[in-house]
Amino acid sequence: MTILDIRDLTIRTAGGRVLVDGLSLSLAPGQRLGLIGESGSGKSLTSLAVLGLLPEGMAASGSVELAGTQVVGASERRLAKVRGRDAAIVFQEPLTALDPLMRAGRQIAEPLRRRGLSGTELRRAVLAALERVLLPEPERIARAFPHEMSGGQRQRVALAMALACEPKLLIADEPTTALDVTVQAELLDLLDALVREREMAVLFVSHDLAVVAKVADRVLVLKDGRAVEEGDVRDIVTAPREPYTRALVASARQLESALDRRSGR
Amino acid sequence: MTPVLELDRVSFAYRGSAAPVVEDVSLTVADGQSLALVGESGAGKTTLLRLLLGLTRPTSGTVRFGGDELRLGDRELMRRFRRGVQCVFQDPYSSLDPRRRIGSIVAEPLRSLGLETRHTAGPRVAAALERVGLPADAAERYPHEFSGGQRQRVAIARATVCEPRVLLADEPVSALDVTTRVAVVELLNELKREQGLTLVMVSHDLSVVASLCERTAVLENGRVVEEGDTARVLGAPAHPYTTRLVESVPRLPGPRD
Ligand SMILES: Nc1ncnc2c1ncn2[C@@H]1O[C@H](COP(=O)(O)OP(=O)(O)OP(=O)(O)O)[C@@H](O)[C@H]1O
Ligand SMILES: Nc1ncnc2c1ncn2[C@@H]1O[C@H](COP(=O)(O)OP(=O)(O)OP(=O)(O)O)[C@@H](O)[C@H]1O
Ligand SMILES: [Mg+2]
Ligand SMILES: [Mg+2]
Repeated sequence: MTILDIRDLTIRTAGGRVLVDGLSLSLAPGQRLGLIGESGSGKSLTSLAVLGLLPEGMAASGSVELAGTQVVGASERRLAKVRGRDAAIVFQEPLTALDPLMRAGRQIAEPLRRRGLSGTELRRAVLAALERVLLPEPERIARAFPHEMSGGQRQRVALAMALACEPKLLIADEPTTALDVTVQAELLDLLDALVREREMAVLFVSHDLAVVAKVADRVLVLKDGRAVEEGDVRDIVTAPREPYTRALVASARQLESALDRRSGR
Repeated sequence: MTPVLELDRVSFAYRGSAAPVVEDVSLTVADGQSLALVGESGAGKTTLLRLLLGLTRPTSGTVRFGGDELRLGDRELMRRFRRGVQCVFQDPYSSLDPRRRIGSIVAEPLRSLGLETRHTAGPRVAAALERVGLPADAAERYPHEFSGGQRQRVAIARATVCEPRVLLADEPVSALDVTTRVAVVELLNELKREQGLTLVMVSHDLSVVASLCERTAVLENGRVVEEGDTARVLGAPAHPYTTRLVESVPRLPGPRD
């Protein structure tokens, strides 16, 4: 059984420039796939294409099957049913996902209301959703507008919104870049628990190979819109085969050793 | 020697909220001694940068630039300030004007400082874009046509195009893949060496902090809980929060474990 099946996905600009080129991947419930690769290689566009959210003028071809629905070419009405219920996304830049004129609490309440909650129950669920992503002072955050929060707080609100949908597939595009490593570690544990308890599938985009190694089982490496290597995350991180992947792992180790040198480890 | 930038017993509370988000913070930034601000999400790091930029006025305490109190009303001082200090904001997209082409965005500091005109800025803009690994034709395109990491590099190009003395940068490499991140760290190190750039940088990536900053200050709940030589702070942390921070850094599985 698969929740997401992408076959030969190609994304072009209106001018015909190919940005994602013949990409295939699949995910079953409870599976976690890491998407890594160069800046500009097509990770975010691929994530957006899963929910039919490509920017205007961009066209997808090939097949994206999400929980049995063909997303490529689907009508907005069809897509609206899939979004949230089958898959929810945490965008790379939380400010673009959050409505600047709406308090965080109301934004999180929306998916919860769709699940039938109201009144006190709803209010309690909103606070619980904020607490779950480790936001201190959930009452204040619920009343805050996006510009009244720190970068990492916004990122956690965006994650809380996506999780409140209880999606079968969570697509998370760089969801922890604004978080300190202590909070990050706890949130990764939270995702881990959801995967095990609810069989949630995760498509996790990240630049941090160590984080990907913690979150994902498998990893797909993208460069210039093409998959260059795919495999078990441990194998890729410890024994990369392709030159690009090797360069990536070498850079990660170089940075790690800069920390070790400076801190005398 | 007079510090370039200085926070002297600075506190700050957002209007309408009782609790201050920055409390009694004193920090100095000396020429050539790049400073990292690390700490919990929500600890007040971005707020500190805004105070240093004069975008926010302290509720109490003083912010100084080259020994003089930073006051937006002081025209002469602010001119020197803008000539010497540039910044990269945490959220690159919202800091790039969506209606302007990248070339014009990157040229902005050159124009507003009167160093170049719209017609003469081209070569320096192209050089700045190239240094951060963006193609030359990037200048013709608009911000929405770029990926997250590409936009972050546009912001770095804009902030470094006029050779500032101080760069205030909020998570400047968080959206970059590790290979590009190493290249940008190298670029910043080169600017430190060759142009005497001093960095004040917020980063959750302690490897980047270790690679770029001589000094590190650790914030928790609006207060500086520890400050000192980066090697000392990261190598032999004195505060329990710093210890937790260093210990929580995710590690790559080793080649053979
Ligand atoms: N609206 C657009 N119009 C034209 N080109 C675009 C548009 N959006 C993205 N691109 C280009 O498509 C390519 C892939 O972008 P994408 O955002 O998927 O990259 P990414 O892998 O997520 O990178 P990053 O790690 O920097 O976020 C990039 O080269 C980018 O410049
Ligand atoms: N406009 C505002 N009004 C009220 N409170 C605010 C406002 N902006 C920020 N805050 C609060 O001030 C505190 C400090 O925020 P700041 O953005 O300085 O944190 P930070 O250390 O940069 O965090 P991060 O690492 O998550 O970016 C946070 O608790 C935040 O919610
Ligand atoms: Mg992206
Ligand atoms: Mg911040």
